[in-house]
Amino acid sequence: MAAASASFAPTALPTPTGRPSFARRLFANRSFTIGLLLVGTVAVLALLAGVIAPFDPLKGNFRARLVEPNAMYWMGTDHFGRDILSRVLFGARISLQIAFMVALITALAGVFIGATAGYFRRLDNPIMRVMDAFMAFPSIILAIAISSVLGASVTNVIIALSIAATPHTARIVRASVMVVREMEYVEAARALGAGHMRILLRHVLANAMAPLVVRVTYVFAVAILNEAVLSYIGVGPPPPAPTFGAIIANGRDFIIAAPWITVAPGLAILVSVLGLNMLGDGLRDVLDPRMAVATR
Amino acid sequence: MGRFVLRRLLASIPALFLVSLITFGLLWLVPGDPASIFLDTSATAEELARVRRELGLDRPFLIRMGEWYLRLLQGDLGTSLLLNRSVTSAIFERLPVTLSLTALAFFFAVLIGVAAGVVAAVRHGKAADQGMMTLALLGLSIPEFWLGLVLIWSVAVLLPIFPAGDYVAFAKDPWQWARHIALPTFTLACVQMGFVARMARSSMLEVLGQDFVRTARAKGLPEPYVVLRHGLVNAMVPIVTVMGIMVGGLLGGAVVIEQVFSIPGMGRLIIGAVLSRDFPVIQGGLLFLALIYLGVNLLVDLLYAVIDPRVRLE
Repeated sequence: MAAASASFAPTALPTPTGRPSFARRLFANRSFTIGLLLVGTVAVLALLAGVIAPFDPLKGNFRARLVEPNAMYWMGTDHFGRDILSRVLFGARISLQIAFMVALITALAGVFIGATAGYFRRLDNPIMRVMDAFMAFPSIILAIAISSVLGASVTNVIIALSIAATPHTARIVRASVMVVREMEYVEAARALGAGHMRILLRHVLANAMAPLVVRVTYVFAVAILNEAVLSYIGVGPPPPAPTFGAIIANGRDFIIAAPWITVAPGLAILVSVLGLNMLGDGLRDVLDPRMAVATR
Repeated sequence: MGRFVLRRLLASIPALFLVSLITFGLLWLVPGDPASIFLDTSATAEELARVRRELGLDRPFLIRMGEWYLRLLQGDLGTSLLLNRSVTSAIFERLPVTLSLTALAFFFAVLIGVAAGVVAAVRHGKAADQGMMTLALLGLSIPEFWLGLVLIWSVAVLLPIFPAGDYVAFAKDPWQWARHIALPTFTLACVQMGFVARMARSSMLEVLGQDFVRTARAKGLPEPYVVLRHGLVNAMVPIVTVMGIMVGGLLGGAVVIEQVFSIPGMGRLIIGAVLSRDFPVIQGGLLFLALIYLGVNLLVDLLYAVIDPRVRLE
């Protein structure tokens, strides 16, 4: 209950004791810490791919085709003699970049659309009807169709995945904006003569951030999975780009002779997505204590 | 109830209109000339003209849209450029396969997911809870198509327990059908199972903490009865509401899984069309999946109104 009294304290006073700081609560959460560790490891490996990758991910070696994992090729080689470890490292770079851009664009578009619908009552119905229509398509199918229609490229994959993920994000932002909109401090700001823009940015959005942050973490995770699906099907970034999905698609034809080609990138996806999901769970528990009671 | 059904049906008309508009607009997104993208550079002028005519690109936009809706109302989704046959009949031919796969996966995901969620909630904080939730999290994080490939490699190739792909119709040989559909069903169900288990657990925990559950226990009712009759029945309400969303995930997953296991369903039709830029089939498939999804959500809403009468009044 110490936290409740904190809201009456003037802001000039130091943070009242009794409730640990936000960062401290985050790092006390096991799910968040493990998730951060997993995601951090993958991200660092992806960033350092150029330095630590033992081979060129695109260059084949015909004397070392379909080599089993050994001391030289830790994850074996594919049918062109390309080193799988190097391809997975560089693949992580492309796949994470795409997923990061999707999360960023989805967050921006979701905030813009959701806040407009939630704040301006008159626009709510038309905007949300359109969002509902987009949500009627299974999101992966919508992404596949858009990517195929636009043509395979990194940019188009980002566009396709963002379009598929935005409606749900907008709906989440709208829901929390609608709650915050009715708060007394928003009314107070309005009474003081604050304009729509100021109220939206300073008061409404700032207080509707928590669900958005959690959602965007999951969007990031799903974007990694869906990008892999697009690449696997053949509407992802064009070859020879080593994305996770493209490496798996390559390995599919050699699943009996060289299962390692398929296994390694899949595990990389699993670790990245698992990390992001745990990060999201941890954030949700800390940002929304009501949920935490139920899921701890 | 009758009025609620009618109102809900009327409310879905604008959704249907927008969904078909998005599907129609897809062709409009194609950079350049869709006809020349479908054909390769060696195509003659006559061939280009023919495909343009089939796609309606030789007519003004609004006329084309009017025609699209007119045909749509008659159940005509156009002609496949590649297969040279009606899109509707091609879809109907493959629909039963996709629907049976989706329905089976849905059934197992709900059954096993709810059971796991209930056990986890009852054993809250114990090893069983942590084990189940770890599994659920793994299920959520695993790429479906990759899991399918790993299963093919492990239990179809290394240990030949299941066939590595293909499909046998139920009417032809029920036993072979079951053997062939087992791996795809499991693969497809995995993600949703994790999703349901997590939902069921948090919903159960919330219900089990309520006063009426304490009262039921205080009355001396047997624990299994309290958990199932007082707990689970109430905990199912939020699970029913997300069932519609689940079906969307399953339909999307089925399209990809069919590709992995070489199952001749709608997924293979759509992906084949995607790879060859057979636009009428892409549009038709997309529209059809959205229709199924909207239909299922309508059903879920009605089901919800049956469970919780307050919904009807809103």
